[in-house]
Amino acid sequence: MTDLFAARSQMAISLGFHIIFAAIGIAMPFLMAISHWRWLKTKEPVYLDLTKAWSKGVAILFATGAVSGTVLSFELGLLWPKFMEYAGPVSGLPFAWEGAAFFLEAIALGIFLYGWNRIHPWAHWASGIVVGVSGVASGMFVICANGWMNAPAGFDWVDGKAVNIDPVAAMFNRAALQQGLHMTIAAFCATGFAVAGIHAIGLMKNPDSQFHAKAFEIALVIGAIAAMLQPLQGDRLAKQTAMLQPAKLAAMESLFHTSKPAPLVIGGYPSEETQTVRYGIHIPKLLSFLAHGNFEAEVKGLDQFPRENWPPVAVTHIAFQIMIGIGTILAALGAWSVFALWKKPAWLRSRKILRLFAVCAPLGFIAIEAGWTVTEVGRQPWIIYGIMKTKDAVTPMPGLIYPMMLFTFVYLMLAFIVAWLMVRQFRHVD
Amino acid sequence: MWIEAIAFFLGVSILFYCLFGGADFGAGMLEAFVGRARREDQRRVITHAIGPVWEANHVWLILAVVILFTGFPKAYSALSVTFHVPLTLMLLGIVLRGCAFTFRYYDAVRDDSQRYYSAIFIAGSFLTPLMLGVVAGGMLLGASSPVEAGFIAAFVRPWANLFCFAVGIFTCVLFAFLAAVYLVGETQEAEIRRIFARRAMVLNSLAILVGIAVFMAAELNGLPLARLFAGRVLSLSSMIGATVILVPLWIAVRRDAVQAARILVAAQVGLVLIGWYRLQYPVIVNAPATPLTIYTAAAPEATLRYLLYALIAGSVIIFPALFYLLKIFKLSEAGELSK
Repeated sequence: MTDLFAARSQMAISLGFHIIFAAIGIAMPFLMAISHWRWLKTKEPVYLDLTKAWSKGVAILFATGAVSGTVLSFELGLLWPKFMEYAGPVSGLPFAWEGAAFFLEAIALGIFLYGWNRIHPWAHWASGIVVGVSGVASGMFVICANGWMNAPAGFDWVDGKAVNIDPVAAMFNRAALQQGLHMTIAAFCATGFAVAGIHAIGLMKNPDSQFHAKAFEIALVIGAIAAMLQPLQGDRLAKQTAMLQPAKLAAMESLFHTSKPAPLVIGGYPSEETQTVRYGIHIPKLLSFLAHGNFEAEVKGLDQFPRENWPPVAVTHIAFQIMIGIGTILAALGAWSVFALWKKPAWLRSRKILRLFAVCAPLGFIAIEAGWTVTEVGRQPWIIYGIMKTKDAVTPMPGLIYPMMLFTFVYLMLAFIVAWLMVRQFRHVD
Repeated sequence: MWIEAIAFFLGVSILFYCLFGGADFGAGMLEAFVGRARREDQRRVITHAIGPVWEANHVWLILAVVILFTGFPKAYSALSVTFHVPLTLMLLGIVLRGCAFTFRYYDAVRDDSQRYYSAIFIAGSFLTPLMLGVVAGGMLLGASSPVEAGFIAAFVRPWANLFCFAVGIFTCVLFAFLAAVYLVGETQEAEIRRIFARRAMVLNSLAILVGIAVFMAAELNGLPLARLFAGRVLSLSSMIGATVILVPLWIAVRRDAVQAARILVAAQVGLVLIGWYRLQYPVIVNAPATPLTIYTAAAPEATLRYLLYALIAGSVIIFPALFYLLKIFKLSEAGELSK
């Protein structure tokens, strides 16, 4: 294993681990706030139990997210010192705001978790809202920095150096908003369906449980709304990617040859050698429409780019198919659920449907991992698109396989322990 | 002007990380020495003292890192390359400490796993400050070599030496000392208060001894630390100040004057840090040929300006919120927390 590959693997593992906890940290405070609000309004004890049960889970998940996020802020330098040396002054600003938002989040979380009976009930409720709002802001700021890697802005690149730096233009780069919205909606969708799935299991075991029924309903509403919004937002992001990063879009869609009009390829396995996709379903003209809103438009293929600047096509394409597939399933399930909640609540009590929700519980997070793979692997070989290559950013320290193995081991252990702790929390409720 | 302002915020972030975050690690270290008397009660006091605040206190470190890579990117880059190994170990400590602490408190079932959480929590509480001190020592020592000099010379020798580890141990003792003084005020029970006060006294003596050892180790590693201190008025006076404060601090601890003792111990640790800052200033990372100073490592002015705006705006939001947090959990009467 080369040092570059080890560094990339370590970054992938660290981000892949952190992103789950970050997403839960964004969405879960709002689920808790709904339940908490109902408790304060109705004084039905089931809502107090639910808020407290959720908050214990969140305490565990948030702490894991906080420490794994710290690891990332150091890993940027430990693994990519050259990148940070140049990127820091240009795109460091959103991280400063992220620091402030995260600070507020951590303070509010301390107040929320330990503030029961210590402060006014509504001030306590508000502290939960502050956790959620600063969580969303924190995520948006981080995505601003990531968007900058995809759509660099706010500087001129002269002789291998950034000059005329404008940190504000860098922060509000063109990719930031669309990517940030996509990620935020994904966080609500994944968390909503995961929580609904867990409580669906509770309802299967104990169909009369008010606790699980209320929890299932709150989580499902949040997840369903997000799942229905996501295809619309995803379409806007894809159109923007076609404009800003045509190589990434071409890899996502396995479009080897520039085509006018371009077909959409669903599924299949692309081969960079033969420049074809095996076993895929080709739908004529559809990619032209999806990318540019016109059935006859030209879509740039990978042939527009030198071979050494191609992202790994198979990984990007398959990850994208997984994300789109799950997004479609959850959007359909979400729309159906909203109808059922509104008109036919009894449908949601059938064992078969509950089992379906249980099976769907992890799907949103798989989609998040896949989507993140698309945006990161799809940008390769660049770390700053069109400016700096990943291989030129890596640390000169040899033996990077060792820290990579260390963090892989630690995160695998932690993932296992956190899952086990969640099972224990769940069983404890019953 | 911009450069100095950003350096000031960096200094403040590190100071607060030590005073607040450092004490949380210190409390974890103290748990290793709870002794037999009222072990569980001591552990409960420690847990309840850290619980609501540790995540907020931890953010000071993230803030310092962000200021460093945005404001002084060359220094961040150089530090990350040279101190890859101790920084990685520090991160390991941060992850293990934070997770084990939270798992211990929130695990729905109380069984044998509590013992493992505690052991990992304590180990992480030692590892992080030790490595933090090691890196701080390395920044001052300046024993770095170019990458071409080989793995040992470039990535191990700059920190794997007597001086760096002496600073690391000094950091541990200082944090544990802070924690012991802070913890006295976390409980109403006289017996537990006395236990923590005794720990504070022992750690205070230990801090003086290890402090002397740091100076000796520096001489052995070719760093004329005593002479450097003597040549900087602020460093010297900070050190004298930190020593003089010992007298009122001991009186405050003995008389059970909790808040006065807390302020005095924070002032003492703050003075130690200020002494170090002056010694270092304006160098961030010392190196034989070309030390990286806040001037040579600084980002362009546009970056510094917007970073400063963000820091000031952030402070306006953060400080009142932080004060509110501390008011709820630290300034009011110590009482039992409920989950």
